[in-house]
Amino acid sequence: MDLLKRFAAGDLDAFETLFRQHQSAVFRWIVRIVRDPATAEDLTVETFLRAYRAHARFHADGNFEGWLRRIGTNAALDHLRSARKHVQLPYDLSADPVPDSAEQSESRQAIRSALVSLPPRLRIVVQLGLIEEEPYRAISEALGISESAVKLRMFRAVRILRKKLQPWDVRP
Amino acid sequence: MNDRELQELGKKLRDAVPPLRQPELNRDLWPAMLQKTNKPRVRVPWFDWLLAAAAVAVLIFFPGAIPALLYHL
Repeated sequence: MDLLKRFAAGDLDAFETLFRQHQSAVFRWIVRIVRDPATAEDLTVETFLRAYRAHARFHADGNFEGWLRRIGTNAALDHLRSARKHVQLPYDLSADPVPDSAEQSESRQAIRSALVSLPPRLRIVVQLGLIEEEPYRAISEALGISESAVKLRMFRAVRILRKKLQPWDVRP
Repeated sequence: MNDRELQELGKKLRDAVPPLRQPELNRDLWPAMLQKTNKPRVRVPWFDWLLAAAAVAVLIFFPGAIPALLYHL
């Protein structure tokens, strides 16, 4: 019996095989959104847990990786929403990679703060689209929305960023 | 806003928030997964929900019962 069919039927062994095959890819996607490896590990487990509980709704002829990515994106969005006030772009972002002037440092800090202050559903589009340079199509599939909806969110996010960054003269 | 402006903003964002090129998972998460799948989900029996609904209904329709209830608590 096909692995995906066995998973859809609730087979734990099939689930384990799929977990081991896809855990790294799911982690890599989620860490780009939450930017914290420990949180991304927790959310990877949460993603698979949601997938396991929803196994009966998965169509065995469907795209398992895409399905997982969408679940993972939702889990990451839930995290950003719940931790919004506390999230300060962890991981590599707290320190500047190269020493720079006080003005540059201030400008970078302003950009980070502006990014964190965006509503999570806009922030995720900016992080994946402009920072990680993922194509609109991949973002739309992960969010379960159309490409034009992604572009609209990007437009709204950029408008907010532009407004917030005006005092620092950081404009596109 | 055109594509060029968007690219320039992207460049500034990447300068402030460096992209994570190939973040790697350093450990196998299956043991953590197994722990979660084995954990029983807390299920509230249907009659508990019924009792709670009845109690709320009593408090809504007979608000005079609230002081008596508080007294007995």
